[in-house]
Amino acid sequence: MAVLLIAEVNGGTLSVDSTAKALTAAKQIGEVTVLCVGSGCTDAAQAAAKLDGVSKVLCAQSDAYGHDLAEPIADLIVSLSSNYTHIVAPSTSASKNILPRVAALLDVMIISEVTAVIDADTFERPIYAGNAIQTVKSSDQIKVATIRTSTFEASNEAGMAEVASIDACADPGLSEWVEDKVAASDRPELTSAGIVVSGGRGVGSEDDFKIIEGLADKLGAAVGASRAAVDSGYAPNDWQVGQTGKVVAPDLYVAVGISGAIQHLAGMKDSKVIVAINKDEEAPIFQVADFGLVADLFDAVPKLTDQIA
Amino acid sequence: MKVLVPVKRVIDYNVKVRVKADGSGVDLANVKMSMNPFDEIAVEQAIRLKEAGQAEEVIAVSIGVKQNQETLRTALAMGADRAILVVATEDVHTDIEPLAVAKILKAVIDEENPGIVLAGKQAIDNDMNATGQMLAALTGWSQATFVSELSVEGNSAVVTREVDGGLQTIKVTMPTIVTVDLRLNEPRYASLPNIMKAKKKPLDEKSAEDLGVDVTPRLKIESTGEPEARLAGIKVGSVEELVEKLKEVGAV
Repeated sequence: MAVLLIAEVNGGTLSVDSTAKALTAAKQIGEVTVLCVGSGCTDAAQAAAKLDGVSKVLCAQSDAYGHDLAEPIADLIVSLSSNYTHIVAPSTSASKNILPRVAALLDVMIISEVTAVIDADTFERPIYAGNAIQTVKSSDQIKVATIRTSTFEASNEAGMAEVASIDACADPGLSEWVEDKVAASDRPELTSAGIVVSGGRGVGSEDDFKIIEGLADKLGAAVGASRAAVDSGYAPNDWQVGQTGKVVAPDLYVAVGISGAIQHLAGMKDSKVIVAINKDEEAPIFQVADFGLVADLFDAVPKLTDQIA
Repeated sequence: MKVLVPVKRVIDYNVKVRVKADGSGVDLANVKMSMNPFDEIAVEQAIRLKEAGQAEEVIAVSIGVKQNQETLRTALAMGADRAILVVATEDVHTDIEPLAVAKILKAVIDEENPGIVLAGKQAIDNDMNATGQMLAALTGWSQATFVSELSVEGNSAVVTREVDGGLQTIKVTMPTIVTVDLRLNEPRYASLPNIMKAKKKPLDEKSAEDLGVDVTPRLKIESTGEPEARLAGIKVGSVEELVEKLKEVGAV
């Protein structure tokens, strides 16, 4: 089996965590070649080459690849596909955009959000917001899959694989990048953070979200939010944890003022330790929390922030 | 310009999903079904394009079982002009895969020539997040996924996309496939008079065979199981106790 793993590259830098986790899944299938795509990605390719189990790194550079636009990158991946039995990527907003397009161009199904590799043809994936786990066996010649990173450990660094530059494909010119609005933050990235502090509708306003951020900063944590909090305008959508947002599995997840709707649980229930702070003792979040505190968050969260060394 | 809006009939998002004990799937018999919430947002956006004078006709299309008529009537009651039902299975438990759905939609596009397709980014049943992207591949059109702002300007559309780090704005060539995210709009409720009117709007029915599409699944579902249950822990009485417990388990 020959696996092409599409690395997650942002602004020329390898997202080591998500790529190394998807690599762990890819290694279970076969020999792994990593593809780095970007406007400049030699550094990313060098970083990917260090990951344990990578046999080769391909580096494709072009201005057309600088902003994760689906059409040119899908064409590139398709042009390489004949050498591989599997094409996989960590499940990120970029790969979720690109890989289904690749799959359809190859006339195969996409296998989204793989949580376990059973064998080269058979995979587990969650459906219904994680309320059921489906085992699917693909009959396609090439398997195209996105890997849910929260369920795989990251591969370590070891050794140095060969890096080869490859030619870019012609840009179909169907779309062009205009601008990115990325919130500058010193906080860790949500999907790879060791600790996540999330706020829900109970927080009550965008202003009051500051107490969530205060606790997060004290813990060196990323900040998350429930869909209800995002819908209410208390928090930006890229903080959303859940079925339609990000899926996280930190060592510690602190849910504040979050009732625990199914769609939120889908995004965090694989966290190692879950803490819930909610004034409603019947809130479903307590059914998954290791430690539940029934309290007014405006009282408890500042106290907690103070008491953590 | 015509707008094509694919809508999926899924288990209502408020219904607790039950996995069948024999591992054969999720129980959908006698369960409340509704339009996929993301598709409602797509229908709403299509109607707004028409209200803004940027589109002439909104066509809703649904692929699956005969009962999808109800979902299409909902779209018509919201304000779609007509509907197309493509019957691809008789069994409510058979989920037509995104690749087959995209092929059927491609065939509908070849007949209808819309200028834009507005689709939900993800169906809340199979959580695949794929149909729009696959349709863009089959048509060779541009794609704009996870869209929270859309403005159509002549031969192109400027969209803001919800991406991992924040927001990305791109400009795509028309015709295009747009998949919509939650914050694009708030879908309207259908009023009673509009629900009555919707019953008289045209609803064409075809089959997947009529359109020449083979819907045989590529992914064989071997089994469907319950996820590992997480056990509830303990309630602590105070912030002090919480901090103590967190220290005990080494979480802080």
